[in-house]
Amino acid sequence: MSELPFGITQKELRIGIGIAVAAGIAALLPLFDQGYYLSLSVNLMLYAALCTAWTLFSGPTHYVSLASAAFFGLGTYAVALGVESIPFPILVAFGAVAAAILAGLVGAATLRLSGVYFVIFTLGLAELVRQVVTWAQAKFTGKTGLYVFTDFREMHIFWMLLALTIAIFITGWLINRSRLGFAMQIIGNDETVARHVGIDTARSKILLFMISGAFIGIAGAICAPRYAYIQPPSAFNPQISFLVVIMALLGGTKRLWGPLVGVVPFIFVMDFVAARLPNQMPIVMGIAFLAIVYFVPNGVTGVLEKALAKWKARNAPAPQAVADKPAEVRP
Amino acid sequence: MSLALSVRTVRKQFGGLVAVNNVSFDVHDGELFGLIGPNGSGKTTMLNMISGALKPTSGEIMLGHDRISGLAAHHIARKGVARTFQLVKVLPSLDAEENIMAGAVFGHQRLWGEEARSLARQLLERVGLGGREHMPVSAMTYIDQKRIELARALASNPRVLLLDEWLAGLNPSELQIGIELIAELRAEGRTIIMVEHVMDAIRTLCDRCVVMSSGVKIAEGGVAETLSDPEVVRAYLGDDDA
Repeated sequence: MSELPFGITQKELRIGIGIAVAAGIAALLPLFDQGYYLSLSVNLMLYAALCTAWTLFSGPTHYVSLASAAFFGLGTYAVALGVESIPFPILVAFGAVAAAILAGLVGAATLRLSGVYFVIFTLGLAELVRQVVTWAQAKFTGKTGLYVFTDFREMHIFWMLLALTIAIFITGWLINRSRLGFAMQIIGNDETVARHVGIDTARSKILLFMISGAFIGIAGAICAPRYAYIQPPSAFNPQISFLVVIMALLGGTKRLWGPLVGVVPFIFVMDFVAARLPNQMPIVMGIAFLAIVYFVPNGVTGVLEKALAKWKARNAPAPQAVADKPAEVRP
Repeated sequence: MSLALSVRTVRKQFGGLVAVNNVSFDVHDGELFGLIGPNGSGKTTMLNMISGALKPTSGEIMLGHDRISGLAAHHIARKGVARTFQLVKVLPSLDAEENIMAGAVFGHQRLWGEEARSLARQLLERVGLGGREHMPVSAMTYIDQKRIELARALASNPRVLLLDEWLAGLNPSELQIGIELIAELRAEGRTIIMVEHVMDAIRTLCDRCVVMSSGVKIAEGGVAETLSDPEVVRAYLGDDDA
């Protein structure tokens, strides 16, 4: 909602405290386990960050981006290229900037088009960037990969990803309170009206896509030390793009916290499937995608909200029209 | 009186169809100007070119001394042109107050926060919807949605306000309310261009008008003499021997 600047409501304060407590508890996790569960939690945190960043843009605009792998890979490579000589935080910033620039270029080229073109373009883009990096690496360094040696251990990566996820939530909250957030609400309602009240709709969408891309780039940069040896097929793995979309849609993209609801169960199921049926992963992913789009088009949060609205309607005698439209995602 | 808006030999072609054929007219500050004509005469196309929804094929449109033809709709909105739509367009997931704030925040005057909110409240009161700040607009009646749209356009404090058949579809008593509201806006000194089919409204409200038929301007001037012009009568009612 377009709240007044600096007017933090009671509800927001309570939510803020709740998040702080939850984050505090999550941060203690590496103290209890440093093996399997920590590794699983890093995956969980990674996709929590990626899906939330993705929803930052795709939630309000309904544009499905399959460029996550490109932004992620750029972040990873920013670290891999400079890890010998430049401090890690600066490399992370480089990764963010590189991803934001790429997002800006893609946005300027495609966000005036309708959703379908955007999906195809972003998918092709991720592949293009991967091929270009592969070619450039072979041509100029003669190598097929880069080593990333740092002092970071799994738990450090976990903490960094946790901090990133919180940063994305705070950014999302700030955007919602800003002119940009209000503009996105209006664009989501009616783009013609948006233009005629004076909103530069293309610029707003590009800006949001850049912010979202930058966060995905940062996630890639943070994960670089985890891979140790970085090659284009792993850094620009298209599976990242698809998993992000599946999990975000499973959770629901209408609220910023929606994807979290999808990430948690999906990571556990994926881990289970990967252990039992390692070769059938793509099939399982495909079926999961179909099932989600078919059975829970508005995500788990959509189902919950509908149930809540029904329950409220039953308990409140005066019927009130529900103003919200279903947040369908335009493919 | 100085010029508020000036349309100079504007033409719009869709393929082989000439929707607006070299039309010119001037609108002065504080004037309520009618743009009338039979269906399909190019009135809404003209309005769309002024608001930037369409770009003219040739000719130019000036807002004061600035050329606005060819600019994107959001630039024109910021320069001070606001409009309502023929088929009412409200923002269904926002409440009444936020709908109006949209005009205040991004339009000509770009307010924010409490300023935008209090202006929205004033305008709700102004269009007769006081006390309904947080009502979902999708639950409102047709005339109330039209009021919301009008308030949203006014919220940007526009130099020129475009009303595209704002009175269409209202029942007789609502029509009376609507006409009074527009008359009050004129009394406040607003410059308004209205596309309208309701002849009573044109007669009571407008200072001057332009009549279009098949994309061409066929008459211009004071309302009474323009509407009795034989060519205008022919455009609306057809030839004697038809």
